[in-house]
Amino acid sequence: MNMELSRRQFLGAAGAGVAGTALGAFGFGDIEAAHAEAIRAFKLVNTTETRNTCPYCSVACGVIMYSKGDLKKGEKAEIIHIEGDTDHPTNRGTLCPKGAALLDFVKSETRLKYPMIRKPGLDKFEQVTWDEALDRIARLMKDDRDANFIQTNGDGVTVNRWTTTGFLAASATTNETAWETYKVVRSTGMVAFDNQARV
Amino acid sequence: MTNSWTDIKNTDLVIIMGGNAAEAHPCGFKWVTEAKANRGAKLIVVDPRFTRSASVADFYAPIRQGTDIAFLLGVMNYCISNNKVQWDYVRAFTNASYIVKDGFAYQDGLFTGYDEAKRDYDKSTWDYVIGDDGYAVVDDTLTHPRCVWNLLKQHIAVYTAEMVERICGTPKEKFLKVAEMISECSSPTKAMTSMYALGWTQHSKGSQNIRSMAMLQLILGNIGIRGGGMNALRGHSNIQGLTDIGLMSNLLPGYLTLPTEKEVDFDSYMSTRGFKPLRPNQMSYWQNYRKFFVSFQKAMWGASATPENNFAYDWLPKLDLPSYDVLRAFELMNQGKMNGYVCQGFNPLLAAPNRAKLTASLSKLTYLVTMDPLDTETARFWENHGEFNDVDSSQIQTEVIQLPSTCFAEDEGSLTNSGRWLQWHWPGGTPPGEAKTDNWIMAQIHMRLKDLYRKEGGAFPDPIVNLDWAYADPGEPTAEELAKEINGKALATVYDTADPTKVLAETGKLVPSFAALRDDGSTTCGCWIYSGCFNENGNNMARRDTSDPDETGAYLKWAFSWPVNRRILYNRASADLTGKAWDPSRKLIEWDGEKWSGYDVPDIAPTAKPEEVGPFIMNPEGVSRLFTRGMMRDGPFPAHYEPFESPVANLVAPNVRGNPAARVFQDDFAQFAETASAEFPYAATSYRLTEHFHYWTKHVWVNAVLQPEFFVEISEELAKEKGITHGGWVRVWSKRGSVRAKAVVTKRIKPLICDGKAVHVVGIPLHWGFTGAARKGFGPNSLTPFVGDANIETPEYKAFLVNIEPTTGPVA
Repeated sequence: MNMELSRRQFLGAAGAGVAGTALGAFGFGDIEAAHAEAIRAFKLVNTTETRNTCPYCSVACGVIMYSKGDLKKGEKAEIIHIEGDTDHPTNRGTLCPKGAALLDFVKSETRLKYPMIRKPGLDKFEQVTWDEALDRIARLMKDDRDANFIQTNGDGVTVNRWTTTGFLAASATTNETAWETYKVVRSTGMVAFDNQARV
Repeated sequence: MTNSWTDIKNTDLVIIMGGNAAEAHPCGFKWVTEAKANRGAKLIVVDPRFTRSASVADFYAPIRQGTDIAFLLGVMNYCISNNKVQWDYVRAFTNASYIVKDGFAYQDGLFTGYDEAKRDYDKSTWDYVIGDDGYAVVDDTLTHPRCVWNLLKQHIAVYTAEMVERICGTPKEKFLKVAEMISECSSPTKAMTSMYALGWTQHSKGSQNIRSMAMLQLILGNIGIRGGGMNALRGHSNIQGLTDIGLMSNLLPGYLTLPTEKEVDFDSYMSTRGFKPLRPNQMSYWQNYRKFFVSFQKAMWGASATPENNFAYDWLPKLDLPSYDVLRAFELMNQGKMNGYVCQGFNPLLAAPNRAKLTASLSKLTYLVTMDPLDTETARFWENHGEFNDVDSSQIQTEVIQLPSTCFAEDEGSLTNSGRWLQWHWPGGTPPGEAKTDNWIMAQIHMRLKDLYRKEGGAFPDPIVNLDWAYADPGEPTAEELAKEINGKALATVYDTADPTKVLAETGKLVPSFAALRDDGSTTCGCWIYSGCFNENGNNMARRDTSDPDETGAYLKWAFSWPVNRRILYNRASADLTGKAWDPSRKLIEWDGEKWSGYDVPDIAPTAKPEEVGPFIMNPEGVSRLFTRGMMRDGPFPAHYEPFESPVANLVAPNVRGNPAARVFQDDFAQFAETASAEFPYAATSYRLTEHFHYWTKHVWVNAVLQPEFFVEISEELAKEKGITHGGWVRVWSKRGSVRAKAVVTKRIKPLICDGKAVHVVGIPLHWGFTGAARKGFGPNSLTPFVGDANIETPEYKAFLVNIEPTTGPVA
């Protein structure tokens, strides 16, 4: 579905053809060849296009991401350009000053790359493996849950709640992540479960 | 949003109040421009600041922050007094004619049943008179003195144009101009749309701000029609989705609710969720609650949720308090009653109020886990950054684990936009370093917990070890697998209840929509309102057909809109009692004598007779509510309350401080500036800039260059009074903290005259912290009060008190 030839891609290809033909028709054959050599290749020609939506506000503007490499073929893919999707009914190709700079978000210097742990009282993070980080989280959660889980209240009613660890869910994760998160968190009996809707 | 972004082009009048769409939602705002250019629509902006939305408005009126209810009830009073009411709509589609119980009253700012010690109401009188037939008693003539309409008129009579000017600081002639423009939309052929955002929600009475406009829209007959509606412009790209899926303390997916401990068993839980119709013939769609609930339980616990164990009812936690929202969580932390906290893509150190309290609270945790694509202040709350985060790391014993997650560009799945469109997106890049998807991270945590419980046993492991987890790779469920779970499937063949020979879904197949869900355990569904998003027709959220017959703006084949691909909620109300469009040029759905059809998916049973079945099918009344019974904590009608920190006393209820039903923790009350405080004389408010998105884009080079540093905005008058120069340094402080900023002295802010007193506004944008590419700075949350809305606990960020003085800049 996102692989269709878009309106904009079609126009791009057609435009290049028209320019070449016009120069040729005026009898500037050699000039045309020299000129063509001097023109930098269109940088998006050999890229993979992927449809996405802007992650910022809830207008959810359509964007097209251009990557070197194709994830679908199992390749490493580096996004080199992001622009508005002209076929999108809401934004029709436009983007605001935030959406227009999305590439710099993807490539921000402060993107996180490795799991880190800051030990009590220390003034720095240290890099750890995913296994170390996740095992530690599971241990901390289980110990706290086992120590503080409330199975019945004072009246003997089954309440099965865990109030001493909380979870703040995101505002920009997918619905599918949200559902999986719901399952994982609620199955522990956690009640201090919230998202960014309130703020 | 009841409507969609693309529908705004159909409007005649846009009112932006409690938001600033031109700056905060620029590409959605283009539909306002479209309506202005093509329909001759007008734009009104009401805001304390002359915003960029105001700069392109046809009319701008200033207002003091925190007084929107007085303004809106004033407009309602104007409309009713001047007979600018869409009478046929009000009579047929609202509860104007319903008779209210005798005990109910309002006096001196309080409704019947107030308990000052509990800051709560006994709401038993806030209801209709129920007749012997079991239905609500109505008076179609609207003459009964106790009918909702007459009680409403009485309630809002105090909000005259003069009173609005005294409370809001809006000059009377400007208020009257706005009221007059709005009142014209009471015509059945004129539509107004309300575009609002956090400027309305972030108040201790935020829900009632919105309710006031919803009531006005009902009186004008603007709900359910093209170009009308209540359009909440959500802040984040999927905050709508996370709310729909119920990631909140007291919610289950699809606006079902978690049990409280008073609901000791499944039967008592269901006993208050029967939703018996309150008038004859009404759909009262929540009568299907049990189907949605049981299907959800089956999605959670599969074969372990059985009729014998009441579909694992007891495996859900039961609440002892109304909610464990983010404010309560930090309060509990601060009291030492919370040990662990996990922040998934959430930066509460900048997003929650009263930063000093947040830092103290996080410092008392045993452990904190964060998951983000970008570095956050929360993950580094223990790190010293001079005046921007003045902490002593050695004194903070919290263990912090920071996990790197993918960003949108590397992840697959759907986001729900403000207009309820679920749009699928695809990944296009390889994540940096070892960053992982949230799906992987959450699955890994679950798998490890489950293993530990299997090996070691522990506190009530049943709901964890029996969580339905049938994914091809249990270590990383795919977006498609999860989407199908959300949609729901048939565990046994589901037949049409009206025609038992007709099969709705074969065993093992995805259900077509929530109409196929059952309460006997034969269906599963993660989130009923999303059902239909991924059914046997495929992934409907991935649809990208741009066709739009007659250019109504519906785009029915683009993505999927909940519920059941409906684009405009309550769209049956676009037609009159005979089923014909109020405005033939704005036709949406119509009744042809046998069924409803048109440009949108009808929001009514397709064969429901128009004169019998009301359009507001989720309500047991079948109509909308101008009087909301006991459903809101702070009153069945909105009333004007000042912010907890206010430069003036409440003119209509001098003895009431703040919203009387808002929850306030004891320590926080002591940290509020007193009313009309000499120490903190200026009315502050917070807001976004168009170049930045919350605390994310300070990490983005382009945006960090566009708006590199923290500033505050003040009027020329206040600058002169305090000796502050444009571009000079100022200190701004509240009873909770202090910040240093550059001053922007601007004509965009003017002092407001409220009951003869000049009120100066201080504007504080919210985009800076101590991580990222922009200069280090502060957020308004160093100053804001720790109190939320009475109904939903959204913090009061938009109205608080500060002081300001010139100061010197940091040492270079």
